Amino acid sequence: MDMRVRADDCTICGICVAECLFDAIKMGDEGPKFNESCTFCGACIEACPTGAIYQAEERGDAAEPAASTAPHDGKARHQGVWVFAEQHNGKLAGVVMELLGEGRRLADRLGQPLGCVLLGDGVEQLSHELMEYGADQVYLAMDPQLESYRDDLYAQVIEHIVSKYRPTIFLLGGTANGRSLAPRVATRLRTGLTADCTGFDLDEEGNLLQTRPAFGGNLMATIRCPNHRPQMATVRPKVFEAAARQPDRRGEEIVVDLPSLNPWVRIIEIVEESAIGPNLAEADIVVAGGRGLGSPDKLRLVEDLAKALGGAVGASRAVVDAGWIGYPHQVGQTGRTVAPKLYIACGISGAIQHLVGMQSADVIVAINKDPDAPIFSVATYCIIGEVEEVIPALIQEIKNRNRA
Amino acid sequence: MHIVVCVKQVPDPSQARIDRDTGLVIREGVDKITNPFDLYALEEAIRLKESFGGQVTAISMGPPAAKEVLKDAIAMGVDSGILLSDRQFAGADTLATSYTLAQAIRKLGDVALIICGKQAADGDTAQVGPGLAANLDFSHVTQVRKIRQLNSTETVVERLTDTGYEVLGLRLPAVITVVKEINEPRLPGLRGMMRAKKAEIPLWDSQVLDVDPKRVGLNGSPTQVWRTFEPARHQKGEMLVGSPSEQAALLLDRLRSL
Repeated sequence: MDMRVRADDCTICGICVAECLFDAIKMGDEGPKFNESCTFCGACIEACPTGAIYQAEERGDAAEPAASTAPHDGKARHQGVWVFAEQHNGKLAGVVMELLGEGRRLADRLGQPLGCVLLGDGVEQLSHELMEYGADQVYLAMDPQLESYRDDLYAQVIEHIVSKYRPTIFLLGGTANGRSLAPRVATRLRTGLTADCTGFDLDEEGNLLQTRPAFGGNLMATIRCPNHRPQMATVRPKVFEAAARQPDRRGEEIVVDLPSLNPWVRIIEIVEESAIGPNLAEADIVVAGGRGLGSPDKLRLVEDLAKALGGAVGASRAVVDAGWIGYPHQVGQTGRTVAPKLYIACGISGAIQHLVGMQSADVIVAINKDPDAPIFSVATYCIIGEVEEVIPALIQEIKNRNRA
Repeated sequence: MHIVVCVKQVPDPSQARIDRDTGLVIREGVDKITNPFDLYALEEAIRLKESFGGQVTAISMGPPAAKEVLKDAIAMGVDSGILLSDRQFAGADTLATSYTLAQAIRKLGDVALIICGKQAADGDTAQVGPGLAANLDFSHVTQVRKIRQLNSTETVVERLTDTGYEVLGLRLPAVITVVKEINEPRLPGLRGMMRAKKAEIPLWDSQVLDVDPKRVGLNGSPTQVWRTFEPARHQKGEMLVGSPSEQAALLLDRLRSL
């Protein structure tokens, strides 16, 4: 007999330790460890809220969950915090400045430089901008074939540069391109990657602590990648504040040699589409609707209020999944992250998956008939009431005041 | 053409609940379903087969109970399902998962196209598709909203970007991940359900797959959950009370001073 733990189910909550009558459990990094005092009474199995503990008939009938993969030789050889400097048509994506702000903080705590990887064609001048936002080094890969983002060549070049210069941390924006590029590169480098982080810290050994929402945002999980380098993570736009620009701050430009390129994508056409109404990610005012609206036609109320305020229309994942409105309007962990001056949540209950996408708004107004809705816990102003009564009243009041 | 669809069994996201006292996810009594995003991948593969012929295989990695999602895939119209299941695979992060899936694709041998949902509804990482492609040295493209053309060497697809879309020609073999705009998944028909009922789902374990034990499951996962905690709650905001029009007036008074 042997007590076992399904590590992917264990949340390291410690309930088993408290429940054990024989003091036979100690909590380790990856879950409970059972010592010889264990009587196999099964109290912990019953107590475990996630069903992670089970009894095995014989010792050794499953692989021992080893502490981790084989350590990557020479962690110390990896130095520096890097940011992927995503650019489109010679303009840096907004998330790059946000990553530079966070990257600078991490680099300073580690006492290491902050680097940027810039790929493109003839956009060398952006390296000065990156330095003014905090980069100490800019690794430049300029080539006509790299003019526009493409998964094949960008992944090959970045894998080459990262292998050669060996940063210890590598952050990428959680954009459409970053979320495609990062897993390809991480897999090639056989290192860890954490998606959509909302916070970073360092442990006492200098490992990156990467916090992200899990289980639809009902739980926050802090992830470590202790034995592999670089430690890679993506971050959604608008999660961190952009670095302040310091005019004339200078750094070092490093022109990298390109590996031999193996194209497998043919770019036939790139089409820019303007979203319906103001751009959600950049709007100062966002009015968003959720399932509490009751039916798809009530979304018109949200659109009317957005129009009256000159704002953009947002939506929760629930109503996008239900097909009430298109995905470009989705706010949340799997949609867009917004940080407007004013966010009005109408009939949105406020799953963390939604909250992580809007809670950095300056002022949050929540309108919901359920006084226990979690959205009220982040709201600046709370209105408990029926959305279909409150919104028309708001629109009327706006009209009255505009007239006055 | 042999098309593979990767599917994942996930807890029904609409039933996600949290224990208010412990702050932990409640798993008991939550139904397990096919990851909703994978239904679009299944539908697209079945449509391609209907247009161009060939065969479609659904693959999943998970506990033995995950064979249900493969039966559901067969009910929709895929030809066969394979479950990758072994206790050694437990605790896999996206790197170990994509390696294990890649070993299964290698074993199948003749796969030209792999279709995945854009992400899993439980982890939301969107990492396994590109990771699988990197393991196999296949090409990949994410967020596909339309497959325009497909022949034996190339597929032409429309990919959603942050600002619009791209039309890309992609060399085969390839991995594509699809968004829900791509199609409307069908419901299983009676004949499909009968076929699913009778279908045998082969179970491929670490020996069948010939995996490197250091690259699967917890052992092959560079990322580790260090701790979990309940999301921080903010301070209570100001409650605006009264009739709807009074609430509206109170709110606009406060917003005006911004």
